Amino acid sequence: MNKHIRTSLAGLLTSTMITGAAFAAGTHPETGETLADDQTFIYRLGDEHTSVDPQVVEDTYGAEIVRDLFEGLMNQDEAGNLVPGVATGYTANDTKDVYTFTLRDNAKWSNGDPVTAGDFVYAWKRAVDPALSSPYAWFMELMSIENAAEIIAGNAPIDDLGVKAIDDHTLEVRLSAPLPYFPQMTTHSTTFPAPQKVIEEFGDAWTKPENIVSNGAYIWTEHLPQERSVRERNEMYWDNENTILDKVVALIINDENVALTRYLAGELDRTEVPAGQFPRLSQEHPEEAISFPRLCNYYYTFNLSDGGPEAFKDPNVRQALSLAVDRDIITEKVMAGGQPQAYTFAPEATAGFTVPEVEMASMTQAERDELAKELLATAGFGPDNPLSFDMVYNTNEDHKKVAVALSQMWKQKLGVQVELANMEWKVFLEERGNQNFDLARGAWCGDYNEASTFLDLLQSQSGYNDGKFNNARVDELLAEAKTSDDPAPLYTEVERIIAQETPVIPIYHYAGVYMMDTDVGNWPVDNVEQNWYSRNLYKTAE
Amino acid sequence: MLAYSLRRLLVAIPTILLLIVACFFLMHYAPGGPFTSERPLPPQVLANIEARYGLDQPLWKQLWDYLYNIVVHFDFGPSFKFKDRDVNDIIAQGFPISLTYGSLSFLVATVVGVSLGIAAAIRHNSWIDYFAVGLGIAAQALPNFIMGPILILTFTLWLGWLPGGGWNGGQWPYLIMPVIALATSYMGSIARITRSSMLEVLNSNFIRTARAKGLPTRTVIWRHALKPTLLPVVSYLGPVFVYVLTGSVFVDIYFSTGGLGQAYVGSALSRDYAVLLGVTILYGALTVVVNLLTDLAYAWFDPKIRY
Repeated sequence: MNKHIRTSLAGLLTSTMITGAAFAAGTHPETGETLADDQTFIYRLGDEHTSVDPQVVEDTYGAEIVRDLFEGLMNQDEAGNLVPGVATGYTANDTKDVYTFTLRDNAKWSNGDPVTAGDFVYAWKRAVDPALSSPYAWFMELMSIENAAEIIAGNAPIDDLGVKAIDDHTLEVRLSAPLPYFPQMTTHSTTFPAPQKVIEEFGDAWTKPENIVSNGAYIWTEHLPQERSVRERNEMYWDNENTILDKVVALIINDENVALTRYLAGELDRTEVPAGQFPRLSQEHPEEAISFPRLCNYYYTFNLSDGGPEAFKDPNVRQALSLAVDRDIITEKVMAGGQPQAYTFAPEATAGFTVPEVEMASMTQAERDELAKELLATAGFGPDNPLSFDMVYNTNEDHKKVAVALSQMWKQKLGVQVELANMEWKVFLEERGNQNFDLARGAWCGDYNEASTFLDLLQSQSGYNDGKFNNARVDELLAEAKTSDDPAPLYTEVERIIAQETPVIPIYHYAGVYMMDTDVGNWPVDNVEQNWYSRNLYKTAE
Repeated sequence: MLAYSLRRLLVAIPTILLLIVACFFLMHYAPGGPFTSERPLPPQVLANIEARYGLDQPLWKQLWDYLYNIVVHFDFGPSFKFKDRDVNDIIAQGFPISLTYGSLSFLVATVVGVSLGIAAAIRHNSWIDYFAVGLGIAAQALPNFIMGPILILTFTLWLGWLPGGGWNGGQWPYLIMPVIALATSYMGSIARITRSSMLEVLNSNFIRTARAKGLPTRTVIWRHALKPTLLPVVSYLGPVFVYVLTGSVFVDIYFSTGGLGQAYVGSALSRDYAVLLGVTILYGALTVVVNLLTDLAYAWFDPKIRY
C-alpha cells in the first residue's frame, strides 16, 4: 500500500515536472501561441447528463464527459479520422471478421493500475450483460460481436461473447459478420474499458466523484446535479505531458437564451446559439459566432403503413410535397444558423459519402413548384378536391416555426390543407412508433460516421423505420453495403431511390452553431460527429 | 388542540395514500414510458431493463412493492434516468436548495408585502397608497419566468454585479436574483390582500370604538387591527409557503440552482416514475403539515376560533 502510494506520488511528480517543462514557457508546442495561465474551459450543458458510466451512458452530454474521463481502443482526431487510443493499432483478417488490437503498455488507470486487454473484455461483457441491462446494449449487437445478440436475449452465457484477451496487451474480437467499419465503432463510449475492482466494490455508486477510477485524460472531481460538474487533469494519463487544458467545467443551463446572456457576460467559453439569432450575433461578434456542418438530418416522414392515409400511397403526392418545400426559406430565414439544405437523407458531411445528383437539387424553386402542381394534379388533387392531412412534431419552438413554414408553403403553392399538432416528446415517440400519424417530424444523428447509420433507418425491418417504407431494392442494397469494400456507389443508388420514392422529405442537415470564445484553441469544427476531446483543446492568453 | 392536531395527522395518512395511488396510475397510463426513446430499444434489451426495475410485474404488484419499500425501508426507489442516484439522493440534494431560496423568498414576500399593504391602507388614497398599489400590481404582473431573464440581463450582463446563475453552496450573490424572482409576484398579491383586508378592518365597529375611547392610532393599528387583518393573508400564505418551499421550476431553469422544481418537472417529462412519485409525496406531506399549521395559526389570530 505504502509502496503503491509512493509510486503514484513519484509518477505525479514526474508528470508535473514534464508538464511544467513543456508549458512553463507558456507557448503552444505546435502553434507557438501564448497560452493562458488559467487553463480552464467552461461550457454550457443544456441538461443534466444521465450517467458517466461508459457502458450505461445514453445521452450526448454524458458521452462528452465520458470521452474525457475514459479512453477506448481508438480515438478521433480533429477531423474525425481514426487515431490510436489505448490501442496503438489493429489488424484484421482477410474476411474482416476477426480484429486484433494491440494495446499500449503505458496506459494507466487513475489509481496507477495498468489498463489491460482484460479491462476491455470485462467492459464489453458488462455491456451485454442482461443484469446490467444497459440501454446501449444494442450497440454491441450493431457492432456484430459474436454472440452479442444471444447473450442480450439471455440465450447464451456472457462468457460466449466474441472478445478475448490473448495477453495483457492483445485483444481479439470475433464478429458474426464482416464489418469494414468496425474500428470506427470503437470510438463509441459503450466500448470504453471499465475498472472491474471499483465497480465490484461500489456497485451503482462507482461513478460518484469520490469513488470513480478512470483511464482518460481527466478525472471526475465534482458533480452537483443540475448545477455543475468538473473534471480535472489525470496525472496518470499516458499522454498527460501533451495535455494542455487543466480543468473542464460544465455548467447546466437549461434555457439557451439565459446561457447566451451568461456567455456574453463572460461566464462561459462556449454556448449554443438559439435559432434565428446567428445572423445578428455573427455581425456583432464575427470572431465568436461559428457554424459548421454536423452529422444529423431533419426530415418529415410519411406514414406509408397500411393504416396511413391513402393519398400518401401515391409517390406523386409525396414528391409534390417535397418539391414545394422552399428549403432556402427554412435555412436562411427560419433557422438562419448556416444549416445546409437537404435533398438527400444522409448529410453531405458523412465520410465516404458522395451526394448523388438528385434532380430536385438542380432545379430552381419555381421549376419545383411547377412540377409539384403537375404531380399533384396527376394524383387527382386540385382546387375542388384539395389534399388534406395532419402533421405532428414534438413540442419545441424551433420545430413549430419549421412546421408552420412548411404548412404555409403547401397551402399557398398547392392549396393543401394541413392540420398541425404538437406533442410532448414521449407521447410523440409513442404515437409515431405506433404509426398514429399522417406526416411526422424526424431527426437523426449518426451513431458513427458512415452513411449506413442514416440509410438503415429506411430498411423495411428497421425498428426506427416509423414511416414503414418498404422497398425490396433498398433492403438488398443496404445488405450488400454491409460487407462491401466500396459501399459508396450502393449508398448513392439508395439515395436515388429515396429521391424517386420520397418516403421522407429531407429539410435540412444540422449545423453546430456556437458562440465560442476566441481564446479557445483547436475546437474540432471539422469533426462532424462533434466528438471532441478536452485534451486537444487549449486556452490562449487574451 | 393536541387531540385536534393528532386527528388531522391521522386523516393525512389515507389522504397521502390516495395521492400515491392516483399519481401512480395516472403516471403509468400516460403515453410513453421511462425507456421510450428516439432510438427504440430492441425488445430484448427493453425486457432486460424492465426486469431490472420490476416494471415487468403487474401494476398492483409494482404499487405494493413501492409502498412496502417506503414503509419498511424508507426507500423511494431508483431513478430510471440518472443511473447513479436514487430518489432519496435526488431529494436530499435538491430539497435543501429549494428550502433555502424558498424560505428566503417567503420571508421577503411576506415582510415587504404586508408592510406595503398596511402602509397603503393607513394612508388610504395618498401617494403611498398609489405607489404601493402600483408596485403590487406591477409585481403581480411580472411572473418569475419574465423576472428571471430581466434580472439576469440587468444584473449580470449590463451591470455585471451578480453571477448569472449557479448555487455555489448558497452564497448570497447567488441567492439574490432567485429570491427576487420568486418573491415578487407573491409579494404583490400579499400587499393587495393586506391592503384591502386592513381597509375593511379599519372601517369596522370595534375599531371605531377603540378610536372613540381615545386610543392612539398606533395602538389601534398594532393591538386591534393587525390580527384580524392578517387572517385572510394567513390563509393565502399557507399554500404559498408550500409552493415556494418546494422550489420553482422557473427559478431552477433560469438560475441553474439545482433545486427540486426542475427535478420534478424533468421527472414528469422523462417518465421517471419513482422520482415523480417521491417528490409528489414530499409535496403532499408538506401541504398537509402546512395546512394544519395554517389552521392552528387561525386560532391565534382569531380568538373566536376554537379547536
